[in-house]
Amino acid sequence: MIDLQKLSQEAKEASITASTVEELSKVQNQYLGKKSELVKAKKGLGSIPESDRATAGKELNEARESIEIIFTERKLEIEEAEWDLNLASEKIDLTELLNPITRGHLHLITQARDQLEDVFVGMGFTVAEGPEVETAWYNFEALNIPDWHPARGNFDTIFVDLGEPEEVMLRSHTSPVQIRTMERQAPPIYIVAPGRTFRTDSADSTHLPAFNQIEGLVIDKGITMGDLAGTIDAFVQAFFGKEVKSRLRPSYFPFTEPSAEFDISRPDGSWLELGGCGMVHPNVLSNCNIDPEEWQGFAFGFGIDRLVSMRYQLDDIRELVLNDARFLRQF
Amino acid sequence: MKVLLSWLKEFAPDIDGDPVELGETLSALGLAVESMSIIGEELSGVVVGQVLELKPHPNAERIQLVDVDLGDGEPTQICCGAFNMSVGDFIPVATIGTVMPGGMEIAQRELRGELSNGMCCSASEIGMGLDSEGIMILSNPNADLEIGTPLNQALGIEPDVLWDLEVNANRPDAMSVAGVARDLAAALQIPFAFPRIDVGESGNANETNVSVRIQDASLCGRFLTRVIKGVSVGPSPRWLQNRLVNLGMRPINNVVDISNYVMLELGQPNHTYDMAKVAGGILGVRRASNGELITTLDGTERELSDIDGVITDADDKPIGIAGIMGGESTEISETTEEIIVEVAWWDPPSISRTVKRLNLMSEASIRFRRGVDYGENMVRAVDRVAELLAECGGVATSGIVEAKGDLPDRSPIIVRPAKINALLGTGLTPDAMERHLSSIGFEITQKRKNLNVTVPTWRWDTETETDVAEEIARMHGYENIARTVPRGSQAGELSQFQKDRRLVREVLVGVGFDETMPMPFLAPGDLKLSGLPEEAISLSNPLVHEESLLRTSLLPGQLKLIAYNQSHRINDLKFFEIGHIFLPPDEGDLLPDEREHLSVAIVGEDAPSAVKILNLLGNALVLPNLQLKEPTADGLHPRRSSSVLVAGKPYGHVGEISPRTLQRFGITGRVAWLELDLGKLLEGPHGKRRYVKVSKYPTSDIDLAFDVPESVRSAEIEGCLRKGGGKLLSNLMLFDSYKGESMGEERRSLAYRLRFQSTETTLTDSQIGELRQKCIDEVQKKTKARIRE
Repeated sequence: MIDLQKLSQEAKEASITASTVEELSKVQNQYLGKKSELVKAKKGLGSIPESDRATAGKELNEARESIEIIFTERKLEIEEAEWDLNLASEKIDLTELLNPITRGHLHLITQARDQLEDVFVGMGFTVAEGPEVETAWYNFEALNIPDWHPARGNFDTIFVDLGEPEEVMLRSHTSPVQIRTMERQAPPIYIVAPGRTFRTDSADSTHLPAFNQIEGLVIDKGITMGDLAGTIDAFVQAFFGKEVKSRLRPSYFPFTEPSAEFDISRPDGSWLELGGCGMVHPNVLSNCNIDPEEWQGFAFGFGIDRLVSMRYQLDDIRELVLNDARFLRQF
Repeated sequence: MKVLLSWLKEFAPDIDGDPVELGETLSALGLAVESMSIIGEELSGVVVGQVLELKPHPNAERIQLVDVDLGDGEPTQICCGAFNMSVGDFIPVATIGTVMPGGMEIAQRELRGELSNGMCCSASEIGMGLDSEGIMILSNPNADLEIGTPLNQALGIEPDVLWDLEVNANRPDAMSVAGVARDLAAALQIPFAFPRIDVGESGNANETNVSVRIQDASLCGRFLTRVIKGVSVGPSPRWLQNRLVNLGMRPINNVVDISNYVMLELGQPNHTYDMAKVAGGILGVRRASNGELITTLDGTERELSDIDGVITDADDKPIGIAGIMGGESTEISETTEEIIVEVAWWDPPSISRTVKRLNLMSEASIRFRRGVDYGENMVRAVDRVAELLAECGGVATSGIVEAKGDLPDRSPIIVRPAKINALLGTGLTPDAMERHLSSIGFEITQKRKNLNVTVPTWRWDTETETDVAEEIARMHGYENIARTVPRGSQAGELSQFQKDRRLVREVLVGVGFDETMPMPFLAPGDLKLSGLPEEAISLSNPLVHEESLLRTSLLPGQLKLIAYNQSHRINDLKFFEIGHIFLPPDEGDLLPDEREHLSVAIVGEDAPSAVKILNLLGNALVLPNLQLKEPTADGLHPRRSSSVLVAGKPYGHVGEISPRTLQRFGITGRVAWLELDLGKLLEGPHGKRRYVKVSKYPTSDIDLAFDVPESVRSAEIEGCLRKGGGKLLSNLMLFDSYKGESMGEERRSLAYRLRFQSTETTLTDSQIGELRQKCIDEVQKKTKARIRE
């Protein structure tokens, strides 16, 4: 009868000498294979006395089980070590970055415009748009600016070679969209109209001949100048922050009466002029076949480029049309 | 409009307080303070000097050596960069040790080997006005300047506050010191009054041998004249010069200066004629005839048209353009003794049209086109000129000669207090409204349910009830209007187009594109360089020649941007733009055919990269039946670009910009390009997503490779494969395109992987075999491609 304890001890020692799964399998075969001592001993069970046979068989089975466990555990150990080795060999220097993936960038004007649109949509406005080339009717006359009006000179209009002289122009403000909206849609009207506008301003660090404005128009029953001031206040807080205040100062625009400039407060307590606003002039409503006795409303507008320029402290507003990739990718 | 505190106080003596707070009050009245400065503060060290000798600097051309007497009778040498003074002139000199308003301390300096012992000053350098051109030459009309005395003392300058106010087009009254004082006094609730004017008339009416005829009553509402005799033309008094300089006008002579002074003070432009040069002593007013000529005070001969107004003499010859500028022929000169003073009211639209036609803006026309006061102030102005001229020896002959034309309608405006409150969101009583209005000269002639409001003659702009509402709001204070928000509730939302446009932007940004926004102007030649048709809408008054056309495509602008960035050695450019383009108007339309385009440019990549972006957008927007078809567009590579069709309609082009075009712009490398009419595209069918049940049955893949001649496009083969595979073809992908010697001339191998799957059953091998054959047959029947076995 073999010494099972010794066999088990031997198997354990042999298993440790194997360093790969293949080697282990060979060793395992020596101890558990067809030609192993255990198998021979099992075959030899018939030659031992019957009274001892059951005990001997049990001992053999137990020995087999314990040796099997030895090899199973050793196999796991080797596999773990092999994984460690394999993974270690796959080392990559993650700081070696070839062909990086980059995101693109929305233009600063688009970012600001989207943000403004979102604030006003949140306040119940829809977004209206119109053409960039306009007729004198939409750009001036319907807005209560007759041809002789001194204010026309203030617009420094860029005219287009179509129609009669000075009949067609690049819109000098987004206000024509007010008229187009009122012609198309019956009140109540709650719109903002962002878009490109044009003036004969030579490009310099603070001027561009093509720039962007956003315009708001509300026409409803019982709209007051208090509503105008309150709406501007709500917008200013939503866009610039809760701590920012607004104020209105008397001003003049032919298409609003009363008219105002609106300022926002700066951290140092001073005021910054942001835009113009006022109660829609009755003539403008009449020009769009809206009865000024039944409907009232307000309008407001301001420049987007200036807002962007202030927010990022651009020292030259021409950056916004130069489209230098090194500028575009900063935002 | 600039105003001085001391001048305002002549009309409202009780004005008091912190200049900054007074400025806030002016701003709250709608007279926004653009700048404020304290002037005439003691500048210790600046004295009156007299030029003794002027010598060229031996070593510097742009500097001269000025010897000045600073009171000690000895020459003090100063190096000076200005050349406008002459020997004998009195000039302000900052002596050594003077600290200038900017903080600079004057010290002895050496300039190219010559000593400079002080500084000759311009007006702006010492806070005496805005003139920074040349050294300030101090006039000495009464020979009372004492050399060496401190400048302020010598000139009689008192410390004062100067505000520069922004006056809106609807405030003709505020284009004068008195008008600003009236508003400010009302806001401060202090008295306002015009000082009494003493004309000191003498002689009898017969001496007033001037007559006035208004031939066009629509042009001139009122025309007043006064004749002043015995004037001696010379420099005006120092105090008057100082005020003009402070308000930004250059003193010329006493007659011109007084005329300007009264305009600034009372807002009433006025004109002075040398009576001896006015033929017949008759002034007429009429419209000019087309082609009539006049030489104006500035020495320019101008051709008139029948919209312009003129003042004529007895010979009906024009001697001035109404409300714009006087004529040279009757100009005041040193020999003038007798003067006709004119104060008139011109029809604002007429003046505006002439200003625009002649492009001739003057201090007078700025006021006339807004509508000056047509009431008592006209008399006040003509009298004030006479009063001031009396200081220069002038004697007013008795009486004002006056003619009248059509004056503005002064019937009262009916103002409904309820309407005013409903507009402003206030709860003002009629009494409060009356108080606000009377404080600025509006008269309430009747007060029952409604107010009858008579507008003062100095507010030509005020015509309607809402105009009056603004005046009430202004005096009530905009800041005292309670803030509310509109009660009507609306659901705000972006339109589908706006949402889709944002989606396009986000998709492109997500795959690395930077958004660009060039201006939409092109230079003549840009279109030709870009290979595009040259027809484009031009601007009538472009700022520069290079920006005189409106773009018809986004291509030229993007080419310029790419070239610009490459010139700064940035080559990894992936740009997109969404912007308007302008095509000539459609038949019968006035406005251009304006469209919103999208462009995508990938520098350094070829056409397929652009097609991938197109497909990506097609996927994001769910464009049905996206197809590429010939022909391509101008400016693009003839063999590497196609039209883009969605549901059979063309919306733009995709591919590559022609290397010939790129070469003209100096762009290196290839540029993949996509331009779509985004506006039209998003009006068309898109965005419909349908649920298709995911099949639980197994899939079978087969690969098919075809030998394809150059003339056959992959899309055609794909079409055949789809047709052959029918509903069971769940996926189709080109996985290899091979062109090589083994393929022969102008042929290539295209290999596709087809995945078949049924939603109802497991497909058998024989079914797959049949499908395979159907696909091959379809391709071979419809195209010249052949299966590669």
